[in-house]
Amino acid sequence: MAGGRIRARIRRSHLYTFSCLRPSATEEGPHSIEGPGYSRIVHCNQPLMHKKKPLNYRSNYISTTKYNFLTFLPKALYEQFHRVANLYFLGAAIVSVTPLSPFSAVSMIAPLAFVVGLSMAKEALEDWRRFMQDMKVNTRKVKVHKEEGIFGNKSWQKVQVGDVLKVEKDQFFPADLLLLSSSYEDGICYVETMNLDGETNLKVKRALEVTLPLDDDEAFKNFTGTIKCEDPNPSLYTFVGNLEYERQVYPLDPSQILLRDSKLRNTAFVYGVVIFTGHDSKVMQNATKSPSKRSRIERKMDYIIYVLFSLLLVISLMSSIGFAVKTKFYMPDWWYLQPQSTDDYYNPEKPVVSGVTHLVTALMLYGYLIPISLYVSIEVVKVLQATFINQDIQMYDEETGNPAQARTSNLNEELGQVDTILSDKTGTLTCNQMDFLRCSIAGTAYGVRSSEVELAAAQQMAIDLEDQDVERSTVSRQKGKQQEIELETVVTSKDEKNYKSPIKGFSFEDSRIMKGNWLKEPKADIIKLFFRTLAICHTAIPELNEETGSYTYEAESPDEGAFLVAAREFGFEFFKRTQSSVFIHERYSSSGQPIEREFKILNMLEFTSKRKRMTVIVRDEDGQILLLCKGADSIIFDRLSKNGRMYEEDTTRHLNEYGEAGLRTLALAYRKLEESEYSAWNNEFQKAKTSIGADRETMLEKVADMMERELILIGATAVEDKLQKGVPQCIDKLAQAGLKIWVLTGDKMETAINIGYACSLLRQGMKQICITAISSDAKEVVKENILMQITNASQMIKLEKDPHAAFALIIDGKTLAYALGDDMKQQFLGLAVDCASVICCRVSPKQKALVTRLVKEGTGKTTLAIGDGANDVGMIQEADIGVGISGVEGMQAVMASDFSVAQFRFLERLLVVHGHWCYKRIAQMVCYFFYKNIAFGLTLFYFEAFTGFSGQSVYDDWYMLLFNVVLTSLPVISLGVFEQDVSSEVCLQFPALYQQGPRNLFFDWYRILGWMGNGLYSSLIIFFLNIIIFYDQAFRAGGQTADMAALGTTMFTCIIWALNCQIALTMSHFTWIQHLFIWGSIVTWYLFLLVYGMVSPTISGNAYQILVEALAPAPIYWSATLLVTVACNLPYMAHISFQRCFHPLDHHIIQEIKYYRKDVEDQRMWSRERSKARQKTKIGFTARVDAKIRQLRGRLQRKQPSLETHSPMSPS
Amino acid sequence: MTDTDQERDRNKETAFYKFTQQTLPACKPVLTPAWVITIFLFTGCIFIPVGLVTLRASRSVVEIVDRYDAECVPEPFRIDKVSYVQDDSIPKNCSRFLKVHKYMKAPIYIYYQLDNYYQNHRRYVKSRSDQQLLHGRKYHGTSSCQPVEFNNDHAIVPCGLVAWSLFNDTFKFIRERAELKVNRKNIAWKSDRDHKFGKKVYPYNFQNGTLIGGGKLNPRIPLSDQEDLIVWMRISALPSFRKLYGRIEEDLDVDDVVVVHLMNNYNTYSFSGKKKLVLSTSSWLGGKNDFLGLAYVFVGSSSLILALVFMLLHLRYRR
Repeated sequence: MAGGRIRARIRRSHLYTFSCLRPSATEEGPHSIEGPGYSRIVHCNQPLMHKKKPLNYRSNYISTTKYNFLTFLPKALYEQFHRVANLYFLGAAIVSVTPLSPFSAVSMIAPLAFVVGLSMAKEALEDWRRFMQDMKVNTRKVKVHKEEGIFGNKSWQKVQVGDVLKVEKDQFFPADLLLLSSSYEDGICYVETMNLDGETNLKVKRALEVTLPLDDDEAFKNFTGTIKCEDPNPSLYTFVGNLEYERQVYPLDPSQILLRDSKLRNTAFVYGVVIFTGHDSKVMQNATKSPSKRSRIERKMDYIIYVLFSLLLVISLMSSIGFAVKTKFYMPDWWYLQPQSTDDYYNPEKPVVSGVTHLVTALMLYGYLIPISLYVSIEVVKVLQATFINQDIQMYDEETGNPAQARTSNLNEELGQVDTILSDKTGTLTCNQMDFLRCSIAGTAYGVRSSEVELAAAQQMAIDLEDQDVERSTVSRQKGKQQEIELETVVTSKDEKNYKSPIKGFSFEDSRIMKGNWLKEPKADIIKLFFRTLAICHTAIPELNEETGSYTYEAESPDEGAFLVAAREFGFEFFKRTQSSVFIHERYSSSGQPIEREFKILNMLEFTSKRKRMTVIVRDEDGQILLLCKGADSIIFDRLSKNGRMYEEDTTRHLNEYGEAGLRTLALAYRKLEESEYSAWNNEFQKAKTSIGADRETMLEKVADMMERELILIGATAVEDKLQKGVPQCIDKLAQAGLKIWVLTGDKMETAINIGYACSLLRQGMKQICITAISSDAKEVVKENILMQITNASQMIKLEKDPHAAFALIIDGKTLAYALGDDMKQQFLGLAVDCASVICCRVSPKQKALVTRLVKEGTGKTTLAIGDGANDVGMIQEADIGVGISGVEGMQAVMASDFSVAQFRFLERLLVVHGHWCYKRIAQMVCYFFYKNIAFGLTLFYFEAFTGFSGQSVYDDWYMLLFNVVLTSLPVISLGVFEQDVSSEVCLQFPALYQQGPRNLFFDWYRILGWMGNGLYSSLIIFFLNIIIFYDQAFRAGGQTADMAALGTTMFTCIIWALNCQIALTMSHFTWIQHLFIWGSIVTWYLFLLVYGMVSPTISGNAYQILVEALAPAPIYWSATLLVTVACNLPYMAHISFQRCFHPLDHHIIQEIKYYRKDVEDQRMWSRERSKARQKTKIGFTARVDAKIRQLRGRLQRKQPSLETHSPMSPS
Repeated sequence: MTDTDQERDRNKETAFYKFTQQTLPACKPVLTPAWVITIFLFTGCIFIPVGLVTLRASRSVVEIVDRYDAECVPEPFRIDKVSYVQDDSIPKNCSRFLKVHKYMKAPIYIYYQLDNYYQNHRRYVKSRSDQQLLHGRKYHGTSSCQPVEFNNDHAIVPCGLVAWSLFNDTFKFIRERAELKVNRKNIAWKSDRDHKFGKKVYPYNFQNGTLIGGGKLNPRIPLSDQEDLIVWMRISALPSFRKLYGRIEEDLDVDDVVVVHLMNNYNTYSFSGKKKLVLSTSSWLGGKNDFLGLAYVFVGSSSLILALVFMLLHLRYRR
């Protein structure tokens, strides 16, 4: 594929030399279109022909919904009963209509129907949203040729194969089109394919010459043609087909195809014929279903469910064995059961049969151990949590108007357990906006403004100096912290300043060459040439901004845009491009008058990643032929002539400086050509261009290479790849939260390292381990060498004594290809995990995904991938959590992601606040769920032992029905939705709290089993206390004894109280909602009992008037409730109090400080706690400062040994 | 729109905003040592007195329990008690002497107590028809009454095993030659009498089959007045249970001797269940059961101890 792309690029150079060379139609014959896979026939401008089979292709209506009206029910039901718990309850519901059931059928079916119905409603709602989104796309309007050359609006879904469309500027293409003609005479158009491949630069498409005359509406009156081409396929970069037009057959290739979902740019309009519609289009064929991901907690939850199922099976078996024994040996004596006239179920003669049938009954009876509403409650909770994430105003980006979005709600809690972040660079850490900052012209460096990296370094120095003072005056470390906070503010304010920079892409400041002052510089003509090169050597298109009267540029890359803006600001305004010329306003000239200059473009040799340079050959107004070249410094320096190296030394020095400052550099050079020299070369070049065959590209490259030699160095440029707002701070906080951050970028190593410095992933004093592949042909040799490098580095880290030593691993894609091999990846991973930061550069999208998988599977920890472009999709889908940056226009990454944020900096809040909360909420909620179902379910089992294991439940069916669905569900949902251990501000101030998630403090087996044990204890207390209290004596002054209904109701009351008090003890944050739900649940129970007691006794049975008549007047009922509730919760209360007082967790301490308002009253203590609560980290600027302080301290201690005794820096 | 309306709207908006931003005002109780100690102390201070009061109430109840199932079978039949009790031709009279050891204030409740009797067995519990009890023979959906549903193709009212196995020992109490008046009315729940057992439903075809279970019913008395049946049909929760038989509405003095003439009809011998006769007074808390009071005292003192432990630990390891 790469070769194909390069070929496409070089051919595109024709476009800029315009009519010079258009590959003639006869260059390649028409494709032979036969056989399977090439059956598509399109009758252009005759959509009616496609109404009938076999030419009736799919319509342009797209649907990304999972279901439709017919399939919803079966499909959604299937999805629901895919879960083992639901399947179990389905089985139970089916059995419940037989006499085997211990409960009435409705009490089994109703909760299931409710739970499944709710889940399905959620599915339906989500699908409805997808449907609405589809409809929005489907109803977009586009101009379609109706008849007689008249175009009218039609919605996208009505577009048919064969239609002729007119697409206007900045519109999306509604289907895959064959480009017929455009507003440009030569039938080119510019296309933005960000939605397809994430590339931000514009691509050029070109119509066939033969269709060029079809450039107005009228022309389509009688237009017909036939396209024969390949069948729909997902390959974006290939297309094979022929156009039969006016009895001639012309071959088609990808450069004539406009793909659906790409956008027309810089072109007023195009005409095109629809080839593929709807789901046949390439982009839709490409749509892969994102893999469904499940969170760690949910996966573990499955295990717990299995544990509970085993428990269920065990007690069911015990129960049915007990039943069989009772039936066989005792039941014959129980005459009151009429054992002689029973069916098989109670037949004493067939104890095995009755035992087995009883197993079914028991499995249903104890089904309350399995929390039926767990899944649905979790789903409800997660949807609400996701709503909170979406609504968070502090993750709302005002510039783009994008809020954060939880696109899948089932990973919320996973956000709280992230261990490693894998980040893309461009568009994620950086804005992909270049600012022209410095330049070196003729060996003189210009530009005074500092880059962000330099600013940070300068601040660092300032702090270091202050720190020395601090040391001397032996003021506590406190101050260091304060300064650090200042540092944060300094960096932020500086950021803001930059944001207000008046000209986008231009931050240059140097009075020597600004405002025409360059004329007074000693080497003015070289400076002029430098600026001209910037203004001429590019492929951009100018656009007049009518409001301001200035020009903006549509450039292929942001660097180029920055150059043009810079040139404009320096007074070389590029304002017009024609087919063969570039026009420039030169504001400052020796004459003092603005001059308009025209440069005839003779050739343009475009930039490719392989060539790493771009060259134009122009003829200026004096007839002088100039070759202007810009490219990577190493490439350019190789091509300098002997006398062109005048400034090489100085320029190299400047380039190094720029590199250190985190800037991207390019070198500029030129060459003057004689007419004869040029024409000789041009002949050769044309020959190469017109040659036919596979080696044309190589020939072209060779010829181009011949010309790009003997250059004379002019200077170098340095542009700043601007970091996104708040990125360094965010990385610092994430590092403090104990997260590891890996950068995976497609950029070259130098740039990646620059960015590493800029965002404090790298710092001075960090040992950089660069692993590179030696250039050797033998694979084995390379491999061995890399392995050696890795082992050496690992060894070095192992031998390192200094606990503060930090290592950084930098590796490039080529090396990575070896390092990711099966035999080496473990060593590589081991090394990478030991390093504080890891930067992988020049990695392909595939490798990004592979690295992600390696980390995910190798370390077994949760990974989060964040990126913005289509090249990050693999990584985003592979990682446990994929986050897309939604700030930019490309949606590919966002569509594939689980969460989207507008900017990288929101990741901090997403993880540290929402992740932390959601993790704890879900963990506590799930634990509580198991607790409550065990506490309830086991009481049923104990009671069995007292009923001869006959399967009788002590509770009324309605109580059981309401238990999971109404009486205990809302409090636990409020726990899952609203619980906050600490407020969001505190979460941000104490990033170390985040570590509770990755360490899984709240959902480890210890805790889960603890909760289960608590459930067991509660069940024992609830059951046995009650049966002893109500043993056999009268329970009222009136002498009545308690029957089963009274006992069951009292027990149930105790359960409701105990469980709700338990959840109140679990919570630490009560808004009125929690109060309402918890205490409301208890009130609901009494209300239910009251109402249930009032309905006809044929419905309520023994519960008729039970509260009013029997229980409420009995003091023993109330006192038993109080006793059991307190007895159930006392041990838990003692446990948490003990833990809080003597083994407090981080959040306990913070809660307490907050509670005593120490944070307000005792600032010192607060900030001391803050600094203590940091994760030991080796990256981020805090680590930078720490490292510096250590270094200085070491120096000081050597100087002043007396200080040693009273070191103020004792680690706290 | 008035100003107050607008203000209310704004308040609503901010409340909703606070909700979405998860910054609703909340109380955040923290279990500080002071709170913990206070809570435990408080619990202890409440529970121990409550426990003592209930204990006192339970202790104030006077209870006489007399097991009679073994003694009331005449010597010769003791080898095969089952055939004794099943043989209608043998008279089942039996006399018991109960000595009152403490003054008993009326009303004195009379209970019969059965042990090892699985009234809560699922087969048993299900074998009844509440609809039939209310509506009588008009109601036909009595399949739940299996196996006591029909006899000679006629519906049985009341149907089901529960009614069929009605307890039928009877007791007569004599003190100093005078019969103690036993009030056998109002021993069942009022709601049962009024709403669950039909006032116009009369026993029909009851205990007419080959297999006789327990007691018979007077077919001229409507079910709503058959209080023994109503009490019996309130299923007990545990296999050992007491059911109210009646009330003695006279005080019994210390050292009074009550002679009980009973008819030992009911068969508990086949499953070696015990039968007991219980005379008990009641307190505001009900019958005699020290457990509640003891449990209160136990929980209360545990929580006092916890409070003490926390106090000591807190003093020792002050943070």
